[in-house]
Amino acid sequence: MMKFGVLALQGAFRKHKLMLEHCGVKAIEVKTAEELDDVDGLVIPGGESTTIGKMMVDWGLLGKIQTRAAAGMAIYGTCAGMILLAKDIVGSDQPRLGLMDVSVRRNAFGRQRESFEAGLSVTAFGNSPVRAVFIRAPFIEKAGAAVKVMATVDQNIVIARQGNMLVTAFHPELTKDDRIHKYFINMVQGKA
Amino acid sequence: MEQGTFRVKAGLAEMLKGGVIMDVTTPEQAKIAEDAGACAVMALERVPADIRAAGGVARMADPTIVQRIMEVVSIPVMAKARIGHFVEAQILESLGVDYIDESEVLTPADDKYHINKEQFKVPFVCGAKNLGEALRRIGEGAAMIRTKGEPGTGNVVEAVKHIRMVMAEIRQLQNLPEEEVAAFAKNIAAPLELVKETKRLGKLPVVNFAAGGIATPADAALMMQLGCDGIFVGSGIFKSGDPAQRAKAIVAATTYYNDPRVLANVSKDLGEAMVGIEISNIPINERMQERGW
Repeated sequence: MMKFGVLALQGAFRKHKLMLEHCGVKAIEVKTAEELDDVDGLVIPGGESTTIGKMMVDWGLLGKIQTRAAAGMAIYGTCAGMILLAKDIVGSDQPRLGLMDVSVRRNAFGRQRESFEAGLSVTAFGNSPVRAVFIRAPFIEKAGAAVKVMATVDQNIVIARQGNMLVTAFHPELTKDDRIHKYFINMVQGKA
Repeated sequence: MEQGTFRVKAGLAEMLKGGVIMDVTTPEQAKIAEDAGACAVMALERVPADIRAAGGVARMADPTIVQRIMEVVSIPVMAKARIGHFVEAQILESLGVDYIDESEVLTPADDKYHINKEQFKVPFVCGAKNLGEALRRIGEGAAMIRTKGEPGTGNVVEAVKHIRMVMAEIRQLQNLPEEEVAAFAKNIAAPLELVKETKRLGKLPVVNFAAGGIATPADAALMMQLGCDGIFVGSGIFKSGDPAQRAKAIVAATTYYNDPRVLANVSKDLGEAMVGIEISNIPINERMQERGW
């Protein structure tokens, strides 16, 4: 049976694990290289991208995740996870995986006061809008040709996919809407 | 588009989970905290140990201090308002701080009522010694809870007492038959709906951090193993011999709280911890945890 990992160095990992379990797959927390070896797909949750990035370096996970991704492991990054997957982070030299050909701006919508939720129309997920919760959220400013843009807010990219990488600027794990997690599960199972 | 919804407020606390929030008083300290891996900083004029030593009335920090700290770090910045002082909270919200701590570390401004936190777009965290206090604060709109502990002491015993109390009350609640739940809510002076929700979830409805006396990586791991979602360190870092090293070690201990080998490694050669205070040497009327209603 396939096993999903949620990177649990810091952030909203518990909510992602609950959402994956709700979708009917087995999910574990990943804090070590050994645990990473054990999973077929990885979620990098929201949290503080600087904290998670530094810990990935300190605890030997950064290179390991890059190697697994190159070998085909699918990764889904939300918010901080989106930042960590980006090649370019505007105005920052913080540690990152750099696996997606995108330029991401941190806190792009503003501080917590400006955080918001909204209905987001996403063609890939049908007619009913996705309830999207943006918390000090980033967005993608520029994306390379290999990146498929799946949703935008005011022309800024908030869902994107490049091969086995999926990112959202917002937090489906904080809602009951499981369509994005199901889409990712299909990616891992080679069905999407 | 909706701003300031409870989901957006409580959501930021979810993002802070498994992390360490550090008290800082200068932009330089804020950078040290960020570089060590803090998931947020608390901008203050003085750390609790100095507030305790100074005595007198402790108030919201000078906005300049808060703004300078907001300018130098990219992580969330929190700041403290006095209990019941909703104008200090309005000022902090206007500065754009990411979370307000309605805190017993400052001198209370109201001897009966806490701030109506639902009126704000910015989320609030509040301290609690037990389940009733935690649920009263959530009832007022708090989107995150922390233990009170005894701030500025470097002594973890009160924080342990408070998290054990909350966990014990939740276990007791879970074992109650439905007809006894309303009386339980009345006894702990908490809103019935929140008591029912806590029973259903088997945990507090919001994220619950540890605070008040955490001084070492082992203290942080202890609070995590007792069921806290993350750690506030007040005086424990910048009142110690080597703040940068200790800060990094507490961050690691908060993630790898279940791995004693990691805890042993990160606890090595940290230099002097802050000087601690035995709780029985603090008169009851000087204990910060007794503030709040």
